[in-house]
Amino acid sequence: MKKTILALAAATALMSVGTAMAQEKTKACFIYVGPIGDFGWSYQHHQGVLEMQKEIGEDKVEIAYLESVPEGADAERAIERFARSGCDIVFTTSFGYMDATNKVAGRFPDVKFEHATGYKREHPNVSTYNSKFHEGRYVQGVIAASMSEVGTAGYIASFPIPEVVMGIDAFVLGAQSVNPDFKVKVVWANTWFDPGKEADAAKALIDQGVDIITQHTDSTAPMQVAAERGIKAFGQASDMIEFGPETQLTSIVDDWGPYYIERVKAVMDGTWEQIDVWGGMGAGHVVMAPYANMPDDVKKLAEETEAKIASGEFDPFTGPINKQDGSVWLKEGEVAEEGVLLGLNFYVEGVDDQLPQ
Amino acid sequence: MGMVEAILLTIATAATPLLLAAIGELVSERSGVLNLGVEGMMVMGAVTGFAVAYTTGSPWLGAVAAIVVGALFSLLFGFLTLTLVTNQVATGLALTLLGLGLSGMIGERFIGLPGVKMETISIPFLSDLPLVGRLVFGQDPIFYISIALTAAVTWFLFRSRAGLTMRAVGDSHDSAHALGIKVIAIRYLAVMFGGACAGLAGAYLSLVYTPQWVENMTAGRGWIALALVVFASWRPWRVLAGAYLFGAVSIGQLHAQALGIGIPSQFLSALPYLATIVVLVLISRNRRLTMMNTPASLGRPFVPDR
Repeated sequence: MKKTILALAAATALMSVGTAMAQEKTKACFIYVGPIGDFGWSYQHHQGVLEMQKEIGEDKVEIAYLESVPEGADAERAIERFARSGCDIVFTTSFGYMDATNKVAGRFPDVKFEHATGYKREHPNVSTYNSKFHEGRYVQGVIAASMSEVGTAGYIASFPIPEVVMGIDAFVLGAQSVNPDFKVKVVWANTWFDPGKEADAAKALIDQGVDIITQHTDSTAPMQVAAERGIKAFGQASDMIEFGPETQLTSIVDDWGPYYIERVKAVMDGTWEQIDVWGGMGAGHVVMAPYANMPDDVKKLAEETEAKIASGEFDPFTGPINKQDGSVWLKEGEVAEEGVLLGLNFYVEGVDDQLPQ
Repeated sequence: MGMVEAILLTIATAATPLLLAAIGELVSERSGVLNLGVEGMMVMGAVTGFAVAYTTGSPWLGAVAAIVVGALFSLLFGFLTLTLVTNQVATGLALTLLGLGLSGMIGERFIGLPGVKMETISIPFLSDLPLVGRLVFGQDPIFYISIALTAAVTWFLFRSRAGLTMRAVGDSHDSAHALGIKVIAIRYLAVMFGGACAGLAGAYLSLVYTPQWVENMTAGRGWIALALVVFASWRPWRVLAGAYLFGAVSIGQLHAQALGIGIPSQFLSALPYLATIVVLVLISRNRRLTMMNTPASLGRPFVPDR
């Protein structure tokens, strides 16, 4: 009995030491929608987190994360748990956490919240951040039209939300800047992540004659199918060159590291303020994997396009652009407003598909 | 390779993992054990198959290891439900959750690595026949195993004495016990067969279908296999028909989308589920036959009274 009490006392002492040490560290917490092993969206967020911890130092910042948190009511519980457990800043990394994040933020004014890909900032302690992935898709379109022999690319899409529609439109616009007659066939997988189904979609598109595959779903399966069938493809979210050494042209790599470093440092310095960031290539949030498997002139064209977008000289959504039905959307020289893009729900001219409503 | 042939090959690839997992579960359920852990056993098979094939370079070793791990994993379910008599539904669900978590942990260091693909067989001349050449003589070995397994299970269940005994256990474990049949032992074997098949189905995903490992790569296929068994009213050839129908409609709807026919893609995505349920319910609509095929003791715990 005496021994037990001693042990307990020792344990309590150790625990209080642990807490005291933890208080000196800044605690950054992360909520992921998928497993960190998806090699896509959540994986890239986690890579950014690890980069942040390495940069700032494990002795100064402590991290905690929850994987596969469903969007909706469960998310609120998870976010609140983090807020209670001493997190100084909580990052919620999927669109569906938007309302839950704002709700919890109202109850914990001393904790900072950062919501990825949303637009609601109901409290001064909520920031939102997102990346302009469509800038990368425009570059991919330019490459696709230069590389394709048949003039048709296959596009494996997930869900008809503005983010995805924006990507398809940007891809088509990029392709048409090289070949005005370029066609895109779209297949909706209605899932973010199902390697088998994504592979089947890629096979179906290739069987119907496309010779370039691009995807807005999260697995590497389409890349493998393209490699097997000997055509070219674009990766998604991470550099997938390992899965198609002779197949991948480039890939849009989500690089969240710089943003996480900046924001966690801001919390440590006490300079954190509410912001709304939609960074693209210029801000270093969207990075293109090395251009590969293409002739030098195509590579040069891609690099030039990337440089023009990154410097802000050119915006992919610059008129003249017509909507799919041929009506005018943007006049010559007109640039789409960010608000319109964030709610985009129509195709531009040249997409060979009906947008699911 | 023509387009029709390419489509048929894709359908076979989509159907094979469903067929394998469903045939295993059918045997388990015929013995009276409802194992809702198919998804978990499958994903364990997928990670094992990938890990072993990647480490040794041999997809065959990967497949064998997946079979063994699937069977061992189901043994855990067997021990809990048969020896400790826990609730089968709850234990099965727990097995799925455990499998998804455990596979994620085991597979962590294999993420982002290209896997080893099991080669398709090739018979000179025969594999080059038009239309049916690749389909009949040029597929991956596990495809042939899945067809052979369906035939073997049919023979076992309805033509062999052991199969009759197992069905008796599934229909009335009390009567079987009274006749001196070792109910628990037979159920253990049936559950392990189910686990082995689910393990192989998982390995098919990570070695043939999409040779890679990513967490949760089964993406619900275990649940589809479970549903197939019920809608096929516990008949092996109907399970095969259901799996191929599901595969055919899944692939067909992707082609319909790529062709750009104006049907909403959400409806097309739901079509495989709808079509499979409707067709299997129609062919199983003879209620007397369905009742006869349903294992009467399915899901009921068995405690020998002496």
